[in-house]
Amino acid sequence: MLTQEPNLAVGRIAADGALSITLSGAWTLRSGFPSAGPIAREIATSRPRSLVFDVRDLGAWDSALVTFLRHLDALCESHQVAMRRDALPVGVQRLLALAEAVPEKPGVRRTSVHTPWIARLGTTALDLGAGSVSAVAFVGEVASATWRLMRRSARFRIGDLAVVVQECGVQALPIVTLISILVGMILAFVGAVQLTRFGAQIYVADLVAIAVVREMGCIMTGIIMAGRTGSGFAAQLGTMKVTQEIDALTTLGLPSIEFLVLPRIVALCLMMPILCVYADVLGIVGGAGVGVSMLDLTLVQYVRETVAAITLTSFATGIAKSVFFGALIAIAGCLRGMQCGKSSASVGEAATSAVVTGIVLIIAADGLFAVLLNVLGI
Amino acid sequence: MADPRAHIVVHALTLAYGDRVVLTDLDFSVKRGQVFIVMGPSGCGKSTVLRNLIGLDEPAKGDVFYGDVNFTRAAAGEREAILRRVGVLYQSGALWSSMTLAENVGFPLEEYTDLTRDEIRDVASLKLALVGLEGFEDYYPAEISGGMQKRAGLARAIALDPEALLLDEPSAGLDPVSSRLLDDLILQLRDSLGATIVVVTHELASIFTIGDDSIFLDPETRTVIAGGSPKDLLAHSTDARVRRFLTRGAEGDPGGRADG
Repeated sequence: MLTQEPNLAVGRIAADGALSITLSGAWTLRSGFPSAGPIAREIATSRPRSLVFDVRDLGAWDSALVTFLRHLDALCESHQVAMRRDALPVGVQRLLALAEAVPEKPGVRRTSVHTPWIARLGTTALDLGAGSVSAVAFVGEVASATWRLMRRSARFRIGDLAVVVQECGVQALPIVTLISILVGMILAFVGAVQLTRFGAQIYVADLVAIAVVREMGCIMTGIIMAGRTGSGFAAQLGTMKVTQEIDALTTLGLPSIEFLVLPRIVALCLMMPILCVYADVLGIVGGAGVGVSMLDLTLVQYVRETVAAITLTSFATGIAKSVFFGALIAIAGCLRGMQCGKSSASVGEAATSAVVTGIVLIIAADGLFAVLLNVLGI
Repeated sequence: MADPRAHIVVHALTLAYGDRVVLTDLDFSVKRGQVFIVMGPSGCGKSTVLRNLIGLDEPAKGDVFYGDVNFTRAAAGEREAILRRVGVLYQSGALWSSMTLAENVGFPLEEYTDLTRDEIRDVASLKLALVGLEGFEDYYPAEISGGMQKRAGLARAIALDPEALLLDEPSAGLDPVSSRLLDDLILQLRDSLGATIVVVTHELASIFTIGDDSIFLDPETRTVIAGGSPKDLLAHSTDARVRRFLTRGAEGDPGGRADG
């Protein structure tokens, strides 16, 4: 009688102390396998001397049967019962022998240890401390490399710089265009709702111009670049770390900071102000679109009001901030890339962390700028 | 196909990347339960053959059959069903780095069987024990050596008890002893699982130890120029290119290749 379901029957103990186990049906991964519980109980209660198998009705078998028998083997060992395998199919005997061929090295297996919360807190604090130290060290190395660059003794390939300039300059234009126009329009909408109540629609132009030129232009460009370029830097350097490309530079005596990090920082510091001017103009264009089409303002009126509102100081403030943001984004991206672990998963973590670090730094720095400029009366 | 023992049959296969033809007119059949070697010098397209056998690349012309089923012309669902019975070991192991070894091996089981979590864990432990990695269930791939990663990759390849096992350069980058152990393991898997094993390699020691049958790919003529048991080839082949390869350049005139 050949059934499809895997079946397990525990027989009686023979005179010689052998417990007979009958295995029948198909023992495959697809159908699952029965638990060894009944055998364990029988062994515990009647204490047989050995275990014998009857496999006359055994159908198809695969790893499911071998897994089950390994369980049984462990069980027999702990109760000092001999498991007689000679009746089992030859393939099963071979697989069992193969699984035992390399005995487990003692001390290798990991047991989950419960760490008390205070220890975890301590570990986290130590990690954070070590992270800050390595970040400071990285900034220091970048600073000294920049110093060497200014004294013209730093080395990197101009070709590398050109590629990065292209990546974080021209190729960023479409998204900067889209976001800047939309931000300009949103500012104009928000302003229009309030200012129309007082009949002061014309000041929408002032609102948009000052907000875009002083803050939104450089912040939005910064956030866009942190998202697309900062994460890109981290992923590039992280992958180079995983594939040992950075090791190859180091062993050739070529400092990776100069060859990989410096061109990226220089490129972003060069491109950020240009992108920022571009974003400023398009933000104002977006605002003008809303002003002219919805607020009964003529284009000439809008432009005049805008020109009157923008001072060189506020324009220059925005541009200066954008250079600073560019350096922050590039340093955050490269830092996370160089700190990347050795697996492909850590490259993803590095990219994510680069964006988060970049955006946090931008916003924090912008707040600092606001306080500073206020104190200085600019 | 004509031979009922044939497991994988390749018929008039031409492989190309875009316009660049890598190999043309491949005809060979892999018999069930044998270790079949795809060998040849570096750059002859050995790995490309493997990629075409499992549908990672599409052949420019020709067909691949698994048993009686035409894999190349099969619908997506049918292909999946065939691939589920095929295990693949990639050159670098290709373990998923965000999962532990037990999770790597258990993942196919989780997807394609109804086993419970504990059962999957047990089967994964068995597979790892089969490749000599008992106790390493909770390690991440980055924490173990290259040779161990290869073996863990093999454990994942045999997770679903495949009928066919395709191995891409299994012993590349391993020391001679580990390489020998892996060869023994391949033979033991063939004998105990009864699986058909296709090995892409250029390691001579492995080729002679494990190969039941083989094809030799030549990068010049871009096709199969010899086939059969590797030991027979070494003893009887008269082709200078094959002799040169199988004797590590000791025999065979480098200028003596047949034209055409």
